Amino acid sequence: MSSNGKLTIDGLEIEIRGEKNLLELIRRAGINLPTFCYHSELSVYGACRLCLVETDKMGLVAACSTPPQEGMIVKTNTLRTRRLRKMVIELLLANHERECTTCSRSGRCKLQLLAQQLGVKEVRFGKRDKKLPLDLTSPAIVKDPNKCILCGDCVRMCKEVQGLGIWDFAHRGSKTVVTTAFNKELSDVACVNCGQCVSVCPTGALTVKSEIDKVWNAIHNPDQTVVVQIAPAVRVALGEEFGLGAEDVTGKIVAGLKLIGVDRVFDTLFAADMTTIEESNEFLERLAKNENLPIFTSCCPGWIKYCEQFHAELLPNVSSCRSPQQMFGSVVKKYYAKKLDKRPEEMFVVSIMPCVAKKFEAQRPEFTTEGAPDVDAVLTTVEIARMFKEASIDFTALANKAFDNPLGVGSGAALIFGASGGVMESVVRYVAGLTGGDEVGRIDFLPVRGMEGIKTASVEVNGRALQLAVVNGLGNTEKLISMIKSGEATFDAVEVMSCPGGCVGGGGQPDINDTVARTRRAGEIYEMDRVQQLHKPQDNYFVGKAFEEWFGGVNNQETHHAIHTTYVPRRRINGKPFIVNDSRSQPLRVSVCLGTGCYLRGAYDVIKEFNDLAENQGIAGQLELNGTFCLEKCDNGVSVNINDEIITGVSPENAGEVFKNKISPLVGKTSTKL
Amino acid sequence: MLNSRLELDTLKKKALADIGSKEKRILVCAGTGCVANGSLKVFELFQQLLGEKPELAVSLALEKEHSHQGVSAHTSGCHGFCQMGPLVRIEPRGTLYCKVQPGDVAEIFEEHIINNRLVSRLLYHDDKNQLPIETQDEIPFYKNQFRVALANCGRIDPDDIKDYIAHDGYQPLAKVLFEMTPDEVIKEVLDSGLRGRGGGGFPTGRKWLFAREAGGEKKYIVCNGDEGDPGAFMDRSVMEGDPHRIIEGMMLAGYAVGADEGYIYVRAEYPLAVKRLHNAVETAVRYGMLGENILGSGFSFKVNIKEGAGAFVCGEETALIASIEGERGMPRPRPPFPAVSGLWGCPTVINNVETLANLPSIILKGAGWFSNIGVTTSTGTKTFALAGQVAHTGLVEVPMGLTLKEIVFDIGGGLRDNKVFKAVQIGGPSGGCLTREHLDLPLDYDSLQKAGAMVGSGGLVVMGEDTCMVEVAKFFMGFVQNESCGKCVPCREGTRGMLELLNRIANGSGTEEDLSLLEELALIVKDGSLCGLGKTSPNPVLTTLRYFRSEYEAHVRDKKCPAGVCKDLLDYRIDPSLCKGCGLCKKLCPADAISGERKEPHWIDLEKCIKCGTCISKCKFGSIVTN
Repeated sequence: MSSNGKLTIDGLEIEIRGEKNLLELIRRAGINLPTFCYHSELSVYGACRLCLVETDKMGLVAACSTPPQEGMIVKTNTLRTRRLRKMVIELLLANHERECTTCSRSGRCKLQLLAQQLGVKEVRFGKRDKKLPLDLTSPAIVKDPNKCILCGDCVRMCKEVQGLGIWDFAHRGSKTVVTTAFNKELSDVACVNCGQCVSVCPTGALTVKSEIDKVWNAIHNPDQTVVVQIAPAVRVALGEEFGLGAEDVTGKIVAGLKLIGVDRVFDTLFAADMTTIEESNEFLERLAKNENLPIFTSCCPGWIKYCEQFHAELLPNVSSCRSPQQMFGSVVKKYYAKKLDKRPEEMFVVSIMPCVAKKFEAQRPEFTTEGAPDVDAVLTTVEIARMFKEASIDFTALANKAFDNPLGVGSGAALIFGASGGVMESVVRYVAGLTGGDEVGRIDFLPVRGMEGIKTASVEVNGRALQLAVVNGLGNTEKLISMIKSGEATFDAVEVMSCPGGCVGGGGQPDINDTVARTRRAGEIYEMDRVQQLHKPQDNYFVGKAFEEWFGGVNNQETHHAIHTTYVPRRRINGKPFIVNDSRSQPLRVSVCLGTGCYLRGAYDVIKEFNDLAENQGIAGQLELNGTFCLEKCDNGVSVNINDEIITGVSPENAGEVFKNKISPLVGKTSTKL
Repeated sequence: MLNSRLELDTLKKKALADIGSKEKRILVCAGTGCVANGSLKVFELFQQLLGEKPELAVSLALEKEHSHQGVSAHTSGCHGFCQMGPLVRIEPRGTLYCKVQPGDVAEIFEEHIINNRLVSRLLYHDDKNQLPIETQDEIPFYKNQFRVALANCGRIDPDDIKDYIAHDGYQPLAKVLFEMTPDEVIKEVLDSGLRGRGGGGFPTGRKWLFAREAGGEKKYIVCNGDEGDPGAFMDRSVMEGDPHRIIEGMMLAGYAVGADEGYIYVRAEYPLAVKRLHNAVETAVRYGMLGENILGSGFSFKVNIKEGAGAFVCGEETALIASIEGERGMPRPRPPFPAVSGLWGCPTVINNVETLANLPSIILKGAGWFSNIGVTTSTGTKTFALAGQVAHTGLVEVPMGLTLKEIVFDIGGGLRDNKVFKAVQIGGPSGGCLTREHLDLPLDYDSLQKAGAMVGSGGLVVMGEDTCMVEVAKFFMGFVQNESCGKCVPCREGTRGMLELLNRIANGSGTEEDLSLLEELALIVKDGSLCGLGKTSPNPVLTTLRYFRSEYEAHVRDKKCPAGVCKDLLDYRIDPSLCKGCGLCKKLCPADAISGERKEPHWIDLEKCIKCGTCISKCKFGSIVTN
């Protein structure tokens, strides 16, 4: 609908340059009309009504959903529009819990800001009649429905960008709420904790679950050694919280952490280099065997939970490497602690992450050492900024400090983990270095960089052209997976990051987490990489040494468990994992329906036939053969349940064939769900 | 299976001959109101009696296929005169029996069917002279009506496609398929001046033209049957009483805009309508009137029935589309308009049930015929649901432009219980209040809009002098607040704010500032809401403020409710000169607020009084008064 030509905004003549709506044009004209529900990356919703403007031909219209037309005369600040904007804010305030001073969003709340900006001085309506309970069940996200203004940004973010649809509206009128399916607790639904909903929430309705107090307590506890790791995307975003923009503030963060009393400040880059090396070797091994390809990266905890819930069939393809955060935690608790002569529980590992899902990851039960969690607390970029503020640190004035050793060194390849495509580029650098030897210089693998949702590239390794894909955002991930499944595209390796733009756009990053902000942060990361001396993971001397000293070399099966992990299919609705046992210790369960319908069609003969065949083939011990009550496929009996798959149409006549095709191949080979 | 126009005409002749061969036809109203009053039992008894008299060469409704002559009994759709139900109409004379109870069936059968004598006591009796009126058409309630959309309601068996065909059903479709181009159909509808009957009053032909001009191979016709206005039930009556007419209307629209599929979005709370629509669609498919290559014309059309999701807002067209798509029924910003991008992104025409029901007649009788009914800018007829304190409640279809007085007093018979007319609320929660000064106002789209109300779906609630207008505004505001989808701020929070202010005014805590805040807020909600539901929701407040401001002011300034409705503003008091000291009120008072010696005047303790009204209703001497 966008036409060309000119129109008039508040007396200014403005050229239409293909803007899809009036709002974009008005903002380009320098009038920053306020909105709650307009995000250029989400669909137009038109609910907050703040962007209403008066036009000559159409009267009052919402600028966000009106296409610009040539010759239009637009007025943004009329009696009607001003009155309306103020009233909208006043009405929202009336139904909003106004405990502003103690709200974690205070000072950064858009509602608070606009109330100030538009000069709303009193609320002439009564307060909310009922206080709704907070949802504190998620390890990562807190929902306070009393502060929700129903702009729907979280709903659309989760549905449109992440493809999940965890949030939606329920009820009507002023009782409308944003909630989960069946009003379940957030920990009981398929939420992957990416926190993108938090980053678009204009108020304190969705916030990150704070672990600040936990960290202060550890710092103040003389019996605990507090060790901090800092993720790559944090250092280019934290400055924004102090008005510095997207610039490298690594040295200031280290200095600040020392000031507040942290014992050791290390770098997640160290673990990221380890990850690249382990994962690359795993990849090369799979390529050699040609199995479980494409390999999917495993750095992103949002993606891992997503995969466990929605694509359990792809779990064998996911790299078994722990994420850098968890590799770091494991190394500290298992090896570095010994160096300091400490027990794992005497070490308190804090991660500073751009990510909200890392809070969930840190609490996964498999990531522990002698019962102590490998990572004790996860702070987001915003949380660490808040700690500095609480400690009254003048961040901008801090003099740079260097990381502690030995876990404080990382290569440029590890640094770029912070942007979408970074892991893949790092692998390419490592493999190129591995196959090309010392002659290989700098490798800047540009095709995988940038904010595009799905990026593909090809590299040649040992004469084989490898197809690589890099995807960010779970909605894009789902698209890519269906392309792979349909055979439309074939890849050897896939990097997945849940958040748009990768970790630079993580849910724990400072406000204004849009494409512009993400692009700036990523740009700074690549700039830092450009000047970084250590370019490839194998250039990191300390990592090489750690592998030798602690892991008996790269890809060592003996020490494998410390830096690798396993995945479990996970229920979407209560979040609990299925228990998957090793099939060798579990017999294959086969139950034959003995309901009336199946009984009449010879179910007993089928059981007998299966039993005889198992005896004859000597696999009776590995088969648990049962009768069962009605499997509810009565019209198509006899029904047989083999490992939760129901096979119908079995008869005494075809029992032998069914046994041969459906049972024998599974005996001793598959895992059994309980 | 009808394969050609000729076969349709042959079937029509046969069906007409069948009807003509009957000496008598008994139509028992099976509209919701009559069913609730026991009409099905009445129908069964007629069937039973017919069965017992084989010498009459009887045909039962269920066996019509084999009937030759004699008497047949049918269920019919709503006649509209619901207050008088169960209604039994006997053809060919059009005799209408009112409030027929199962016990009356034998008498009607014996007297009317067998002996050809009227059962006078069951006929409608004139309000004024109490004389019986025999035929339906002579009853004042019907006499001033002009039925187009409701033409068949109450006269045909909605479950019998042949009955519909006999009454010119599917002839208009055959006419457009074989005699007209789509452009000619659109021109006919444009010329007829038909405007949407669902509320907005947008010219139907223009809507079609947009959809016809929109690109894309797939287009949809959606019938909006999500009637939700409190008190309105005209769409329900058409869906229940003449479902084929709606299907035919959709096909006419489909042919005109180039759509081959339609959805009927029917309110799920109308189970009978759902059932009859399903039956009609199935029968139409069986007869080849729906499906591929209809009547050999090459035109195909499919109709799906979607039961509504139970929200008032789903009557808003973009919310309705979202609901069909399986989403929560929330309106979307327009543009794009559904005619350009509607259901699943395809061009979609959404027409209301009553609009569609007008189409077959327009095609059959021509645009000129239709545009001669009503007034220039509002042609044709409109169905109103008369309710409230009017003597005759029910559905009335009248030419557009009839005055309020004609509807309320000539058709509706004035107010019940000799009450004095105070106001009408027209158009449901989106409409507004009209007063005595509007009695000569012609009811058409433009005059109503000028008066601050709207035709809306056509609900017409008549109110007498004991109605409090603040209370009325409060009722509709409560309705809208409960039904707001919660999407846009002005509607969700603004109606909450208005309701709160109205509550304050009604309970005596309101101030003059509240009154002006109410007015300010109402205008903002009207200006700022996203969809029609929100934009029109302040109308009841704005019109009552406009026409009954003094009543609001009495609540605010004097803390009095002039109509004596708002409980918190009432004080109960016993007039000692009238009180005989019988002690009845004292005995009945649930709050023990009344004291007094026997045979001495009693008094009420205002601290204890809960204003339940028990004493007033029980005092035989009228000694208890309120201020």
